[in-house]
Amino acid sequence: MAEPLLRVDNLVRRFGGIVATDHVCLEVGRGELHAIIGPNGAGKTTLISQLTGHLAPHAGYIYLAGRDISRLPAYRRSALGLARSFQITSLLPDFTAADNVALAAQAHDGHSFRFFANARKEPQLRAAAHAALERVGLGHRADVPVVRLSHGEQRQLELAVALATRPQLLLLDEPMAGLGVTESASMVKLLSELRREVGIVLVEHDMEAVFALADRISVLVYGRIIASGTPEEIRKNDEVKRAYLGDQHVVVKHG
Amino acid sequence: MKSSLNAQTIAAAALVAALLLLPAYSSLTGNIFILTLFTRIVILALAAVSLNLIMGYGGMMSFGHAAYLGIGGYAVGILAQEGIGSGYAQFAVALAASALFALVIGALSLRTRGVYFIMITLAFAQMAYYVASGLARYGGDDGLTIYKRSDFGGLVNLSDRVQFYYLCLACLLAVVFLIWRIVNSRFGLVVQGLRSNEQRMQAIGFASKRYKLVCFVIAGTLCGLAGALLANNTDFISPAVMYWTRSGDLMVMVILGGMGTLFGPVVGAVLYLVLEELLSQLTEYWALIMGPLLLLVVLFGRGGIMGLLGRLNRG
Repeated sequence: MAEPLLRVDNLVRRFGGIVATDHVCLEVGRGELHAIIGPNGAGKTTLISQLTGHLAPHAGYIYLAGRDISRLPAYRRSALGLARSFQITSLLPDFTAADNVALAAQAHDGHSFRFFANARKEPQLRAAAHAALERVGLGHRADVPVVRLSHGEQRQLELAVALATRPQLLLLDEPMAGLGVTESASMVKLLSELRREVGIVLVEHDMEAVFALADRISVLVYGRIIASGTPEEIRKNDEVKRAYLGDQHVVVKHG
Repeated sequence: MKSSLNAQTIAAAALVAALLLLPAYSSLTGNIFILTLFTRIVILALAAVSLNLIMGYGGMMSFGHAAYLGIGGYAVGILAQEGIGSGYAQFAVALAASALFALVIGALSLRTRGVYFIMITLAFAQMAYYVASGLARYGGDDGLTIYKRSDFGGLVNLSDRVQFYYLCLACLLAVVFLIWRIVNSRFGLVVQGLRSNEQRMQAIGFASKRYKLVCFVIAGTLCGLAGALLANNTDFISPAVMYWTRSGDLMVMVILGGMGTLFGPVVGAVLYLVLEELLSQLTEYWALIMGPLLLLVVLFGRGGIMGLLGRLNRG
């Protein structure tokens, strides 16, 4: 078999006595949408942060298209084609939507030690920004400052920024969080289109969306992957039902 | 901020016009003092503008910016003492020494952030202060008198009050123009992005430290220019120029005028130094009035004077 796009090999990360990532192994192929689900505190964001390079693992390896990236800083991983959307929207608030995306395009267009020419007037950066904005359905909001975008629009913009870096692999940390029903639906539609172009690792609480979109699902509980398989297999897995879906039922009853 | 003719632009234009016409006013009224005062104001405005590049646009709260005033000044003073009177040589050394100092302390300080960054930049500036105090050959604690101002041949005569004032003003306006270009350039957008979200900028592929360091060096170099001018203005350089309260003054000018605005630091410098002058004529306890005034601006005028003017537009 060819080398998968992303391979995670026995990744370990501790916080004091807590093992937040416990010998996690994971493979994501090209064109695959791989969802990671798990209850709150299961270590999903910790895992994503190690994949992007914002958090150093204590042991284990991460390979992107066969290349060991376990110890590379975040900006180098981005250059190799890894892009991330953040769980808590973290755009540049005083910049416009187009500025945010154009910066991402600029990051992948040589160095930025250019001090004199107006970067907002560089046609190829603006074109790349508008293309990515159109892609996520924000073309008409290009010149609006981020602070005046709705929450849903900010989530879409997150995705546009990630796309503008022309990634091989997208890491999406709860892209549906806080979205309304219609906004969720359009995000699902967008992701189902994108999956044909790039590999996607999706961390999400919206089970309906996950089971509709994912090619494969891994279930993370207390830092360990307790099951990995197609949505059908996961639905039938008894351990998953007990550990995860079961817990939720309990929560719902008591709530 | 859509209309180009807003309150901020008008204030900036009025200020520049007033600064340009000041020598005429001075000679008409025979008031030489005001020209001397404003030469100093223009020079310190230049220092504040350079600090604003890292503090306002880059989000790097440097508390040691006055160090470059001293380094630029000592470059002029020491060379003059050793018999090298050429302004070209003196200013080139002033800029190069400031750049080098910024490169070294930037490389070390930028490993830290927040309060630690403030403290470490302060510590480096104080180190420069004590080194200068120890320069026995160049006056030590007492400072060094500069008997002859930098010599630029026939180009400009620094001993002529009006010519020197216009030289300082030209430097100030050139640096403001340069910073205007920088903040809208690729480099400037990266630096402003780093101010608002460094982690995000790394995630989209920027090697954040390099950009911050280069920004730090540019700001230090430009302040070194202010230092070289300041030494010429006072015909004297002493360690006091680098004392931490001086760095504090520069920060106050930037905050008072408006961080991260192009002309804010110029407005801040003019206001701060004119107030200081007027209040100190009134009473020797002028700081008792100045302190609460600054407090009011910081508490109620978010974004400084330029921020207030900006709200005027929208209001």
